[in-house]
Amino acid sequence: MSESPLRFSVNDGVGELVLQREPCNEIGSAMTGALEAWLDELGALPEDALHTVIIRSAVRGGFCAGADLRELHAGLVATAEAEHAASLRAFLDRIHGVMDRIDMLPFTTIGVVHGVCFGGGFELALTCDQIIAEKSARFCFPELRLGIIPGFGGIPRLRRDVGNATIRDLLLSGRSVSAKRAHALGMIAQVVGRGDGLEAAQALAAQSGKFDPTARRAAKAFIKHLPREELDREKELFVELALRPPLLAALTKFVDSTDLRPYLP
Amino acid sequence: MSDTVHTLMALAARQFKADASALKPEQDLFEALGIDSFQAVELISELEDEFDVELPDYELQGVKTFAALAAKIDKRR
Repeated sequence: MSESPLRFSVNDGVGELVLQREPCNEIGSAMTGALEAWLDELGALPEDALHTVIIRSAVRGGFCAGADLRELHAGLVATAEAEHAASLRAFLDRIHGVMDRIDMLPFTTIGVVHGVCFGGGFELALTCDQIIAEKSARFCFPELRLGIIPGFGGIPRLRRDVGNATIRDLLLSGRSVSAKRAHALGMIAQVVGRGDGLEAAQALAAQSGKFDPTARRAAKAFIKHLPREELDREKELFVELALRPPLLAALTKFVDSTDLRPYLP
Repeated sequence: MSDTVHTLMALAARQFKADASALKPEQDLFEALGIDSFQAVELISELEDEFDVELPDYELQGVKTFAALAAKIDKRR
């Protein structure tokens, strides 16, 4: 029996969601379904059961390497071209639903990032209120190499946080940046040493737990809005680009590659 | 051997628990260190820190040996 891609525990008002799908928490139907089920579980908890949720990865390679490209390739190959638009839209609606729900959770969310935080993984991290990155973390939007743009809401979310020039740098070069650089750019809240992320997040969660719950929720709702129009436009642009030949060609090259370095941009 | 490649190999050996004395500048760093792509991504951050440079990924495409990587670092210093 395969292990669940996620595990969740609650301790003294702090929830801890651990991503644990090898090789690097790729987001496909299994991860999306697990996240949906987790969000439903959260929704069933009493309002005051949690004040903070920490999201981290137990996988050595990093926080999350992004969309499950092998599953995406298999889906495109297995279905008629005429069905591609509908199936892509259906998946995007699901994953956007997940990202939007995490983004708007009524308590503080802390992403603890180490290693690879690429593409959809970066987009997942950007739903968190605060990102604590270990020195090993690297952030990247490699989607243009596949002939697409980020499709899980990452650009509108990053635009909420940093300037347009920073986004152009990342998006139009596809380069990865270190935790130190990401911190200097205002993309993340803290940089900590290798292996120190969880402890730093727990200390931050303890601080968050001291605040009046109503004030904490109001503060988040006041400052953090969903960029709804841009998110909707992103979905349409993603589908438009994904239906062109370059995506399938790039995915085929990816799945056929025997190179040791498929994740090196 | 340049200072850069020497420092690079020492750092990589320390990070991935390899025998620094066995590393040679012309070796393929993936093979010599026995690392995968995820570890290589981490190595880039360590190198950026150590040498106080930025190493855009696209400049590292095709770089396989310690010596070639050291040359890229030197160009950025």
